[in-house]
Amino acid sequence: MSDRVLSYDLVIVGAGPAGLAAACAAAESSATIAVVDETPWLGGQIWRGLKTQTSNPQARKWIERLRHTSATILDRSTVISSPQPGVLLAERDQAPLQIHFKKLILATGARELFLPFPGWTLPGVFGPGGLQSLAKNGWPVNDKRVVIAGSGPLLLAVAVGLKRLGATVVGIAEQASQASITKFGLFLARHPSKLWQGIQLKLRLTGIPYRYGAWPVRAEGDLQVNRVTLTNGQNTWTEECDYLACGFGLIPNVELPLALGCELKDGFVRVDSNQATSVPNVYCAGEPTGIGGADCALVEGQIAGYAATNNAKAEALFPRRASWHRFRAALATAFALRPELKSLATHDTLLCRCEDVTLGRVRQFNSWRDAKLQTRCGMGACQGRICGAASKFILGWGMESVRPPVLPALVGSLVSQPIQRPEPVCDRDFEGVVDPSSAPSLFGGLNAGLAGVRPSR
Amino acid sequence: MPITSDSVRIRVNNSPLKVPAGTIVAAALAYAGVTQFRRSVLGQPRGPLCGMGICMECRVTINGQTNCRSCEIICAENMEIVADV
Repeated sequence: MSDRVLSYDLVIVGAGPAGLAAACAAAESSATIAVVDETPWLGGQIWRGLKTQTSNPQARKWIERLRHTSATILDRSTVISSPQPGVLLAERDQAPLQIHFKKLILATGARELFLPFPGWTLPGVFGPGGLQSLAKNGWPVNDKRVVIAGSGPLLLAVAVGLKRLGATVVGIAEQASQASITKFGLFLARHPSKLWQGIQLKLRLTGIPYRYGAWPVRAEGDLQVNRVTLTNGQNTWTEECDYLACGFGLIPNVELPLALGCELKDGFVRVDSNQATSVPNVYCAGEPTGIGGADCALVEGQIAGYAATNNAKAEALFPRRASWHRFRAALATAFALRPELKSLATHDTLLCRCEDVTLGRVRQFNSWRDAKLQTRCGMGACQGRICGAASKFILGWGMESVRPPVLPALVGSLVSQPIQRPEPVCDRDFEGVVDPSSAPSLFGGLNAGLAGVRPSR
Repeated sequence: MPITSDSVRIRVNNSPLKVPAGTIVAAALAYAGVTQFRRSVLGQPRGPLCGMGICMECRVTINGQTNCRSCEIICAENMEIVADV
């Protein structure tokens, strides 16, 4: 078999907590397993470590555990499509890679929700998780003044992390009300994890101001941000800063699940008690099924890994998952976004950063499809991942699906490779069936390959 | 940025730079003083936003290959990085 055509009993997409846990659980069977991830490191975004070496003990434990299995790690590999059932097309080292599977676990994680406001496109405005990730891999934050804004527990974790790297955190603005957060704190008090209180205590000890019910209205600067104006709905004030880290919680990465035909429910991948999706032999675990954090993802990942290898251990984990799902629901309630955030962007504020389309232009239409056709919003390199999500919050409609390739890909990856039949692997006790036909073309049309290839200028 | 024995030599917009091993390309650009990674369709300056390979704002040219996501690529010896083209 060519080293560009690979075949496994089980393929896991994503090496974050859910993917790692799924692989470790599945490796208790005799299945051949591959873990595919876009990055050069293991642990996903949440466990991204300093200079790619994670320092989180929980992360280290799972990564070590995975390394002691026979699972193949396909890092730096970006899955761009599923040209037919049982096959993923990926790109590695700028060349296409065909990955055949009998069963698939999607552990594609989450990303930050960015909402447009005047100045949000200036260099120096990041997502909080984004700045944290960059800083962990060498982005200079030492002695930089950082304003952190938006919503969610991530803001606190990022504040502590950036301070440790030498940044001056000017302040944190959490859009949720104090009443809402207090209620969440009380919920956590009777939950195994007291994370929230722990971090808040740490913040108080380190003297970082934390404001409830506050959000940014404007970022200013010439070539990069140097000033942020915030409000609590009554008063506004301005902070001088080098960086603004602003994100409004997490949203699931459902583009690949959608490309595979998985049904969604309320924006998340619909799964059954075994984490199985609506598509046969395809499972999903972690944030794409609901934003519950790393611990929730670990339990779901293990369930998916056991279920995909017909291991009865899955069921024993159901009560733990139920407990984390209660945490997940409390999180969603506590940090629900306030309606005022829908009017942060003005008529002239860019909604689509790839194609530079203003909210005012998009607002003229009644659907994402019409807006795309008429304005090119959502048709740039990010394929609507940023503006489509923002539009959903602001206008009530936005990106519903992504055409393959689900990430920008080299045209050569899309047109050159016929689907090859993998050589038979030894028979194993597996229900999944691989039936790759030798279809000559991966996509209906070449235009799909143009997505995201447009140069920035 | 401290130069250690584990440093790699790269070139950023034709100027040589040494960065610690494990530094991502985006961070190397920031150290080189680059704030504008690319210009938008309307010519506005843009830099990294999401830091995790999704927003595509950090795209630069690496070793002649355009549209590389600098937030997910680790600096390698003799890498040629060109931003803002």
